[in-house]
Amino acid sequence: MWGVGKCFPGPLFLTTGAKGNMPGNRFNGLTDYGIGIGLRAPHYEHILSRKPVVDWFEIISENFMIDGGRPLHVLDQILEQYKVVQHGVSMYFGSAEKPNREHLSRLKELVKRTNTPWLSDHLCWGSVDGRYTHDLLPMPYTFEAARLTAQKVREVRDFLEVPIAVENVSSYAEYHVSEMTEWEFLNEVVEQADCGILLDVNNIYVSSQNHSFDPFTYVNSVPAERVAQIHIAGHSKFKKYILDTHDHPVLDPVWKLYERAIQRAGHTATLLEWDDSIPSFEEVHREALKANRFLADTTLAVAV
Amino acid sequence: MTLVTLQRAIARAVMQPLTSSERMRRSAPDGGAMSAYAARFIKPNDRLTSFERLEIYNRQYWFRLLSSMVEDFPGLRAIVGSKRFEAMSTAYLTECPSRSFTLRNLGAGLERWLRKNPHWLRGNRVLALDMLRLEWADLEAFDGQSKPALRAEDLQGMAARDLRLRVQPYVKLLQLHYPVDDLLLAVKAGNDQSISFASNAVQDRRKHTEVQAAAKQKSAPVFLAVHRLDFSVYFRRISQEEYLLLGSLRNGKSVQRAIELAFHKSAVPSADRASSVQHSFQNWATLGWFCQQDENPRAVKKQRN
Repeated sequence: MWGVGKCFPGPLFLTTGAKGNMPGNRFNGLTDYGIGIGLRAPHYEHILSRKPVVDWFEIISENFMIDGGRPLHVLDQILEQYKVVQHGVSMYFGSAEKPNREHLSRLKELVKRTNTPWLSDHLCWGSVDGRYTHDLLPMPYTFEAARLTAQKVREVRDFLEVPIAVENVSSYAEYHVSEMTEWEFLNEVVEQADCGILLDVNNIYVSSQNHSFDPFTYVNSVPAERVAQIHIAGHSKFKKYILDTHDHPVLDPVWKLYERAIQRAGHTATLLEWDDSIPSFEEVHREALKANRFLADTTLAVAV
Repeated sequence: MTLVTLQRAIARAVMQPLTSSERMRRSAPDGGAMSAYAARFIKPNDRLTSFERLEIYNRQYWFRLLSSMVEDFPGLRAIVGSKRFEAMSTAYLTECPSRSFTLRNLGAGLERWLRKNPHWLRGNRVLALDMLRLEWADLEAFDGQSKPALRAEDLQGMAARDLRLRVQPYVKLLQLHYPVDDLLLAVKAGNDQSISFASNAVQDRRKHTEVQAAAKQKSAPVFLAVHRLDFSVYFRRISQEEYLLLGSLRNGKSVQRAIELAFHKSAVPSADRASSVQHSFQNWATLGWFCQQDENPRAVKKQRN
């Protein structure tokens, strides 16, 4: 029951400042970030005028890889007051082609601007022969794909000079050619690339339902020492599958996975994604702060 | 099967247009049955066939890209009509799939493609192309580069004859045939209102009426500067002389030469030209349209050519 009913002091549930026992690791720049939320346009005005207390914001890198205008102006104002971490959606580490040079150059410019302590993108593919699908397509879990993907992660990290974390995606299809499970593939890639993991527990849940595996097996199989960050989010259930929609509060089974992930990885930078039907800033923030009950748990466990 | 072979095969299926009922086509890119094509690569599960699993991605692809087109080109959509716009966008994206990492550039090749495929625009070709150019300029002005503004001291020591002024990259200059700026503002206002009270059908009828009214107007040159101020984009009508003057400055001509070119065939009386130019320059300087020279002289030289 996610620690509900345990005798934790009230303020621990309400503040964003509950720091845990685990120091940061080399995959998140040795930081100890708490609970963040995604920086989204409908909230710009609220954030800039009210200046709410938020541990950190995650930005979608591509939204700011532009030459000028309002988005960069807003970002600069945010950077004056908040910690910002970059999260990308189109690096496509798993695409069997070289990274796009323009993409990399623009991304590096943004990295210099934000001073992001780590940078994440997805363990997926989405482009081939220079043509982009703008989707997060699932990888075939083969040794060849793991080798090529790890090589690309290394190239990108060397160019950007910032720690990289790869995020597991939600998927709705599996390939015949796969030679291992998704979590084995993830482990293979991160070991070969020596990079971090952005563990998205909602994505694990969505994929577990679509592919009929035990999501706890996944969480328990991930090298906890490589977890740089965790994503939580809501999803939508359809008759025959679940879709990763980011338009709902976090559901109970996802919180349970989050609890397990925190037990294994310790206090970890956590981010709530809410990208569609976005409610008020307060509602999104309140939902994100529910994660404190688990992070607080790790703090007290050590204290006891 | 190599990684790239698999990815090419899946991408071809995912990027194949949907049926009119927004389902995945029964025929595969290789001409065979899509069910067999999907089954070659994708495992079925206890609830979904290989076809159905692949279809999720096929549909997501088109829903995402078409909604991006709708968002970027509401004015063109109003002129063409929503159904035709969707069919046109599908044809465009099928022939010219995205080659950029960002959806922001999805419509970058649309004007060139439409000039080769004008049948999509029916009788409103000129009006539609005007609107498309305006909407693309709107997008570019929104997030275009802003260079440090020109300061008085930047002009010190420069001979008046050789004085060159650079125009901010985010200022976009357009020569149009119809007042599509008014039409676009009306369409956008209509879209905003539709959220609160009117049905889509009512809104579509209203837009259609506005488009018809714009199309009935006699074609006449409209000169426009699409720019931004305080991070909002504005459409500013300018005279033909101002359009030519700004264009020449942008191309690296000296102020003196740009003025000569702007008024070469002008109907503005000679006696009024000096005050007209002075007034324009004051406005543009106030709006921050002039920026400092490039530090790299090679870039300047390239632009002059």
